[in-house]
Amino acid sequence: MQSAPHVEFRGVSKTYDGRTMVVRDLDLRVQEGEFFTLLGPSGSGKTTCLMMLAGFEAPSSGEIRLSGRSVQHLPPRKRGIGVVFQNYALFPHMTVRRNLAFPLEVRGISAASRRQRIRQALEVVRLDGFEDRRPAELSGGQQQRVAIARALVFNPSLVLMDEPLGALDRRLREEMQFEIRRMQQDLGVTVVYVTHDQQEAMAMSSRVAVFHRGHIQQVAAPETLYEEPEREFVASFIGDNNMLRGHVRKAERDFCDVETPGGTVRAFPVHGCRPGDRSVLAIRPERVSLTKPGVYTNEFEAVVEDILFIGDHLRLRVNLCGNPNFIVKIQNTVGHSAVLEGDRVRIGWSVMDCRALPDEEGGSGPTPVNQQGTENRSRSAVDAGKPKTGRTNDSVLAQSHREDGV
Amino acid sequence: MALSLAAARFRAAALTLPLVAFIGVTFLAPLGTMLVRSVHEPLVADSLPDTLALLDEWDGTSIPGEKVFRALGLEFQELHKQRALGGVATRVNRLETGMRSAVIRTARKLRDVNPDSWKEAVIAADPVWGEAKAWRALQQSGERYTARHFLHALDLGQDSVGKVVLQPPDRRIYLPLLGRTLAVSIVITMLCLILGYPVAYLIANSSTSKANLLLLLILVPFWTSLLVRTTSWIVLLQNQGVINDLLVAVGVTTDETRFPMIYNMTGTLVAMTQILLPFMVLPLYAVMRTISPSQMRAAAALGATFRQAFVRVYWPQSVPGVAAGSLLVFILSIGYYITPALVGGRTGQLISNLIAYHMQQSLNWGLAAALGAVLLGCVALLYCLFNRLVGIERMRFT
Amino acid sequence: MNAHHTSRIKLQGVVHAFIVALATHAVAAPEAVASDSVTVVSWGGSYAEACKKAVMDPFTIETDIEVRLESYNGGLAQIRAQVETGSVHWDVVDLEFADLVRGCDEGLLELVDIDELPPAADGTPARDDYYEGTYSECGGGGIFYSTVYAYNNESFAGERPTTIEDFFDVEKFPGRRGMRRTAVGNLEFALMADGVPPEEVYEILDTPEGLSRAFNKLDTIKEHIVWWEAGAQPPQMLADQEVIMSTAYNGRIFNAQVLEQQPFTIVWDGQMLDYSQFAIVAGTPNLEAAKRFLLFASRVENMAAIGRYIAYSPTRRSGIDLISTHHETGVEMRPHMPSAPENMGRVVRNDWEWWSDNGEEMNERFSVWLSR
Repeated sequence: MQSAPHVEFRGVSKTYDGRTMVVRDLDLRVQEGEFFTLLGPSGSGKTTCLMMLAGFEAPSSGEIRLSGRSVQHLPPRKRGIGVVFQNYALFPHMTVRRNLAFPLEVRGISAASRRQRIRQALEVVRLDGFEDRRPAELSGGQQQRVAIARALVFNPSLVLMDEPLGALDRRLREEMQFEIRRMQQDLGVTVVYVTHDQQEAMAMSSRVAVFHRGHIQQVAAPETLYEEPEREFVASFIGDNNMLRGHVRKAERDFCDVETPGGTVRAFPVHGCRPGDRSVLAIRPERVSLTKPGVYTNEFEAVVEDILFIGDHLRLRVNLCGNPNFIVKIQNTVGHSAVLEGDRVRIGWSVMDCRALPDEEGGSGPTPVNQQGTENRSRSAVDAGKPKTGRTNDSVLAQSHREDGV
Repeated sequence: MALSLAAARFRAAALTLPLVAFIGVTFLAPLGTMLVRSVHEPLVADSLPDTLALLDEWDGTSIPGEKVFRALGLEFQELHKQRALGGVATRVNRLETGMRSAVIRTARKLRDVNPDSWKEAVIAADPVWGEAKAWRALQQSGERYTARHFLHALDLGQDSVGKVVLQPPDRRIYLPLLGRTLAVSIVITMLCLILGYPVAYLIANSSTSKANLLLLLILVPFWTSLLVRTTSWIVLLQNQGVINDLLVAVGVTTDETRFPMIYNMTGTLVAMTQILLPFMVLPLYAVMRTISPSQMRAAAALGATFRQAFVRVYWPQSVPGVAAGSLLVFILSIGYYITPALVGGRTGQLISNLIAYHMQQSLNWGLAAALGAVLLGCVALLYCLFNRLVGIERMRFT
Repeated sequence: MNAHHTSRIKLQGVVHAFIVALATHAVAAPEAVASDSVTVVSWGGSYAEACKKAVMDPFTIETDIEVRLESYNGGLAQIRAQVETGSVHWDVVDLEFADLVRGCDEGLLELVDIDELPPAADGTPARDDYYEGTYSECGGGGIFYSTVYAYNNESFAGERPTTIEDFFDVEKFPGRRGMRRTAVGNLEFALMADGVPPEEVYEILDTPEGLSRAFNKLDTIKEHIVWWEAGAQPPQMLADQEVIMSTAYNGRIFNAQVLEQQPFTIVWDGQMLDYSQFAIVAGTPNLEAAKRFLLFASRVENMAAIGRYIAYSPTRRSGIDLISTHHETGVEMRPHMPSAPENMGRVVRNDWEWWSDNGEEMNERFSVWLSR
């Protein structure tokens, strides 16, 4: 099927004050039936993209197309897109039925047809029987379902969702993730979904676009993003990664040797490498092992500074190759529980599990990774307790460390 | 434990006592006094106890007997001596015009006499005592509790057989004025709503800094003295004022045909609308601030035109503010006094100005109180109506 | 909240009472004990000036009692407020006769025994020297004055108004007219202009039809009327040509004519003759000084002296002969007095008794008519 993509951004830029670019020269294609997630920290431009797509903001330059047609001059009401807002934006003075009837009435759909569609939509979100409640009489999850039903009831082929689960508690959120995914697949609609929660993005999406400072860092399926991050930001934002910085000393076709403060590490160059380049290495904690000498190409000795007992696994913090917060994640098996703080251990990982990426941080001033970490924590209490990114994880460790030390 | 809790609760309640006392003294007591005064007029009853007691047995149509005339004569003599007859005469006169001078004249002529026939002497002093209407007036004004002031305030009168009837049109004073006051209040409320709604919408949907600036612009006049604002309108609107000068200068009008914009209804409407506008904008803003901008976006995304979105989504949610603001403006304008007094001229006066007239000039406090009570009734009625339509607990004032 | 705002409305009346009480109290406080002074309240402007020069200054010279002069626009309201709140700070008030009688009846004014007033030069007691009905049980002194209408000569190129009918004829004399913002006088003028002979005016006014007739007549010029309240206003309005003619107190016009050389003409036709007296406010703390002032002001020569400053004549028979010339310009005063025979063509005498019976109702109806 080689038809035009359902949603297409062509060189879209957006600035509010004429100086700061919120979105820079963005290109994006979403295919029919995709569950496409815009993922990024707040202020990364993902919501602005959604608002431009819905028609509430106009691009400063570039063009947005829906099924091949430019929507430049189309007001929101003529785009036929279902939108689920961050705080649902249910009409508080209307019952559930009236809320759902609203998009149908303004479209002049007959009363009989309205009734049927409302019933269907409520069935889809499993809220039949709640027709005469007002939003205030519903729980957060139920309101969420009504908002989704209202966005679906007029059968749009494209539905936009702006952090729809942000206000829900963790359990409900996980439940709703399934629900939304199920509905999307049942109805076959295209969904463009905005979230800052990478776990949510991974769980639901067919493809994810990672936003950072108005740019898309990488667009890929969740597995690809995790296994093969192509940019430093993606590597640090998606899942946990240990980052090591250094200079390329030797470049081969399949590997390169990077000199870090703690020794030379052999890594897989994602974009190729040249000697002298600054490079950052990303190594997943779960791909690092405690080892005997001679097993891995990359092996280092380190002292265990902290041990965090998670349950099914342990997290060891070591100071390695210039990264004082290098994390090693080991399965909670009989042998490993013998490791104690202060023990000297040998750590190793394979070349293929160590991705050498261009060091974007060195040239660009402030450390975005750190920023992400703090932002993510302050955003939601739930997030803070649940390590997701490398830095978040670090800070959890750092916290426990502080408690010990002070 | 329970005891200390009760004590704490009592202490908390005790903190409100100064306010309760304050309200009691400055609001409830005067209000009560006023309401009592509107129906209670004991002066004549206290002044002529014997005469009135004897009149209880009077049939109401014939001329009373000698006993009554004697009591009247003696009491008039005593009152005249004490110089306390003026008030009595004034009150009887309100029921029967001409009785004022008749009472005074009678008392003056009866001074120092002790006739054999009081009846003859009194009728000789003023023949009106030979007519039943004089006695009826005396008897009626001797009622301690009277609906007279209320009847008067509602332009009702009693005909010769005591039936309550509406005054003939050219004698109606208060009903037309009350009607005008209500009409003016409605017009001012509408003007404030029409002018204030978009402003409140703008403020509620602006960035914080811009909203603060706009609110300041709304509030600065609010903080300015009422008199200053009212007199500023005089400067602007008078015949030789800024606006007329401007209109003459640009040739819209000529020196001879300057627009009369003040000392009439226009002046009252303009000045009061301006003065009361903040009372509309603030409650509106308070409500609109709580309406998320995503509501309108949601409506648009769901396919509504701006008009549909406004009518069906925004307006219904702003209704509590509209109701609160309108109620506030309406109630304030219905009792407004200073501004119409200053800029209303001949045709821009409202009922409160007449209340003030009776308080300060004619000193008919009973009537002033009754008019006030009628006004209070109107407001109470309105309150009930609003409560029915909107629900007072849904209103937001700040 | 509702309670709060209704309170605002309801309280208004009460607030007025408080304000009256506070205001009178505030003003009264600083001068409460000055027994060597007396506060006299008159009508302001050139009339008050005349009283000051003719009566008050000589009184101060003779008795060493200082006179504080205040002005008001008539009515009993302020006196009543002072008496009822018990904070009297006016001692002597110059009152229109109807108000004087009412105030006396209601005990708002101190009684004055007519036999205490000084006799005429030839020994005639005051009781006989006063014209019939021009003294009350509370009054002293007294002048005849008249409400007339006057015009500015410069406002008329051709024909000038000469009768009370002309005042009400807006076709013949288009332009704005000044009138006092009160019922008294205006109703009488209206009826006379409508063809009612002066002596029948009150008889007609007593009937509902007659009253309507008066208001209907006023209706014909209502849109052309500029309302004044203080006696000093009409000469000013005439001088500014804000109005082409205005009702006014004859003395004010006279003073404008002789002192300011204003080109004003008085139309005596249809004048309303009136008289006023000084009276003492009941309960004044300065009763002694007030009484001395009243007796001083009742001396014939002092009453007549006012006529040297303004065209008002004394209400005592023996005073007529004492009318001489204007103190400054030397103008012969007699022809300018309301009671001069040549001015007495068509005259209505203010029936104070009718007004004391009907005043309250008339004022109410007048204010309604005004606002209509």
